[in-house]
Amino acid sequence: MLFRPLFAAAALLLATVAPAQEPIRIGSFLSVTGPAAFLGDPEQKTLELYVEKINAAGGVLGRKLQLIVYDSAGDAEKARAFVKRLIEQDKVDLIVGGSTTGETMAVAPLVEQAQIPFISLAGAVVIVEPVKKWVFKTPHSDRQACQRIFVDMKARGTTKIALISGAGGFDKSMRAQCMQVAKNYGIEIVADESYGAGDTDMTAQLSKIKNTLGVQAVLNCGFGQGPAIVTKNYRQLSIGAPLYQSHGVASKGYIQLAGGAADGVRLPAAALLVAETLPDSDPQKKVVLGYKRDYESRFKSDVSTFGGHAYDGLMIAVEALKKSGSTDKAKVRDAIESVRGFMGTAGVFNYSPADHVGLDVSGFRMLEIRKGDWTLAN
Amino acid sequence: MSAQLVQFLLTGLTVGAIYALVALGFAIIYNASHVLNFAQGEFVMIGGMATAAFIESGLPLPIAALLAVGGAMFVGLALEKLAVEPARGASVVTLIIITIGASIFLRGLAALVWDKKIHSVPAFSGEAPIQLAGATLLPQTVWVLGATVVTVALLWWFFNRTLTGKAILAVSHNRLAAQLMGISVRRVLLVSFGLSAALGALAGVLIAPISFTSWDVGVMLGLKGFAAAILGGMGSGPGAIVGGLALGLIESLGAGYLSSAYKDVFAFVIILVSLIFLPDGLAGRRRATERV
Repeated sequence: MLFRPLFAAAALLLATVAPAQEPIRIGSFLSVTGPAAFLGDPEQKTLELYVEKINAAGGVLGRKLQLIVYDSAGDAEKARAFVKRLIEQDKVDLIVGGSTTGETMAVAPLVEQAQIPFISLAGAVVIVEPVKKWVFKTPHSDRQACQRIFVDMKARGTTKIALISGAGGFDKSMRAQCMQVAKNYGIEIVADESYGAGDTDMTAQLSKIKNTLGVQAVLNCGFGQGPAIVTKNYRQLSIGAPLYQSHGVASKGYIQLAGGAADGVRLPAAALLVAETLPDSDPQKKVVLGYKRDYESRFKSDVSTFGGHAYDGLMIAVEALKKSGSTDKAKVRDAIESVRGFMGTAGVFNYSPADHVGLDVSGFRMLEIRKGDWTLAN
Repeated sequence: MSAQLVQFLLTGLTVGAIYALVALGFAIIYNASHVLNFAQGEFVMIGGMATAAFIESGLPLPIAALLAVGGAMFVGLALEKLAVEPARGASVVTLIIITIGASIFLRGLAALVWDKKIHSVPAFSGEAPIQLAGATLLPQTVWVLGATVVTVALLWWFFNRTLTGKAILAVSHNRLAAQLMGISVRRVLLVSFGLSAALGALAGVLIAPISFTSWDVGVMLGLKGFAAAILGGMGSGPGAIVGGLALGLIESLGAGYLSSAYKDVFAFVIILVSLIFLPDGLAGRRRATERV
C-alpha cells in the first residue's frame, strides 16, 4: 500500500522529464525467418547494428533512436497485422522494412491511410508505380536490372536473346519487365522458357534454347537454387552464348553452388559486392567499403546487397529526420522526397515527387564472375 | 533434331531413375503394411543433406555417402519403432497421417540440425560432360543409372533368394497366414522401413550433385515418387521402376516439346488419370501373382 503513492510520484516525475528524452521510434517488419530469410536476416542485423551506432554517437536531433522489429516471415497477412500494431500501439514515427514485394504491397494501403512515411526494402517496380504518396523504396527495381543487362548486351552487339525464368514472384515480375523494355534496346526475345520451384534439371529447356536459331545470349530471371542448376546445365550442354543472371543471385551462395560453371556469368549488382576492387576515385567506394567492414567485423559473415538496402533505408530516414528538424510525419515525408545526391550502397539517391526509387541505372555495376569471385566487367 | 531427342531422353531417364528409387521405397512399405509412407521424401532429403554435412566436416565422399545412407536407415528404423509400432492396432488411415506428421517433424528437425541453406555435393567422378550422339550427359548421370540398376538387381535377389525377403513377400500376400507360419510381422515391418529409408537416402545422395539439396527437397521428390508408384501400380516393384522412368520421360519430353511451364503438372495429372482409369497401375494385371 505504501508503494502506491511512491510509485505515482515516480511516474509523475518521469512524465515531466520524459518528453526531452522520448526516443524517435523506427518501426520495421522483416522476413527474418521463412523462405525469404536470406533477405530479412541481413536486413535486421544491419538495422540493429546502425541504430546502435547512431545512438552511441548521440542519436538524431538530440534524441535516441528506438528500433521496433517484427518478424513477418514472408507472410503478407502477418505483415499487415504487424504494421497495424506499429502504427496503433507502438506509435512509430516512420517505418523502414518490408523484405518482399508481396508484404510491401499488402501494407501500402495501411501506411497511406495512417499517413506515415514508409521506406520499403523490396524490389518490384509495382511498389512505386504509380507513385504512392507515403511509400518509398531503396533497392533498384527489376525493370532497371533488365535495362542494365540490355545496355550491356547492346554494347556487345547482341540483338537476339533467350529468356529462362523460374515460377516465383520475383522471377515472373522480372520476366514481364524484361519483355516490356526489350524492344527499347532493339533486343528481340526469340525463346522464352520456364522451370518450376523444385525442378532438379533444366537441360530440356536449355536444349530447346540451344536449338533455337540465332540466340546470341541467354538471360535467367530468378533466385535461389534454380539459377545455380541452370548455370550447371548450361555448361553441361556447352552452349556458347554468354549467360546473364539477375541481381537475385548476387550472393556468394550462388557461386558456391554453381562452382566452376559460374565462371563467365555476367550480372548487374550493387557496387557493394566489389567494394575492395573499386578504384579509389569512385565516389561510392567510401560508403560501400565502410558498410562492408562494419557488417563483416560484427557478424563474421559475408555482406549481401540485401542488408545494404536496409542500410540505405535507415540512413535516408535519418537524413530526412535531420533535414526536417522534427518527427512531424508530413514534414519527414517531404524531406525524404527532397533527398538529392545521397550516396548509399545501391548508388546515388535522388528522390522526387515523380520518382520514389531515386536510383538510376548507373548504380548497377555489370559484374562478371571470374575464378569464383566477382569482378567488374568492362 | 535427333540429338535434341537424345538429350530429352537422357534427362528423363536420369530423373526417372531417382523417381523409381523413391517409388520402390513407397512400394516396400506399402506391401508390408498397406501404409503409404509420406515421409519417404524426407529420407531422400536426409540422404543428400547428411552427405553434404559430412563432406563439409571433412570426410571423403564415399564415407560421407555411406554414413548418410546408414543414418537415414537408422531414422527409418526409429520412425517405425517410435511412431508406427506403438500405433499398431490403428487403422491404415491413422498410420498414413502419422507418416505425414513424421515428415513435417523430420523437415523441421533438418532445418534446425543443419540449416535452411542450399548445399551442393561434389560429383562422384568429375563434371566433364560426355558426348553421346550429339547430346551431352554428365558422369553423374551414369552413376545414377548404374546405381539404380545395381540396386534393383540386389532387391530382386533379396526378395527372391533370401529368407527375410521371402518373409516380407509372404506378409504382403497374406499377413495372417504368414504369422501362423511363424514369421514375425513386427520384424518384417522394421526391415521394410529400414530398407525404404536406405533406398530413399541412396536416391538423395545420387541426385544431390546434379540438383543440390536443402531441407525441403523431400516434398517435391516424395510427391513425384508417389506419382510414379501410383502410375506403376502401388505395391509393385517392376511397376515402381517402370512408373518412375515413365514419369521422368513424360516430364522431360513434355517440357521439351510442349511447354516447360507445365512440367510439374504432368506428375499430378498422372496421379489423377491413373487413379481414375488405371487404379491398379501399369503393372496392375500381374500384381496378384508377382508382388515386388
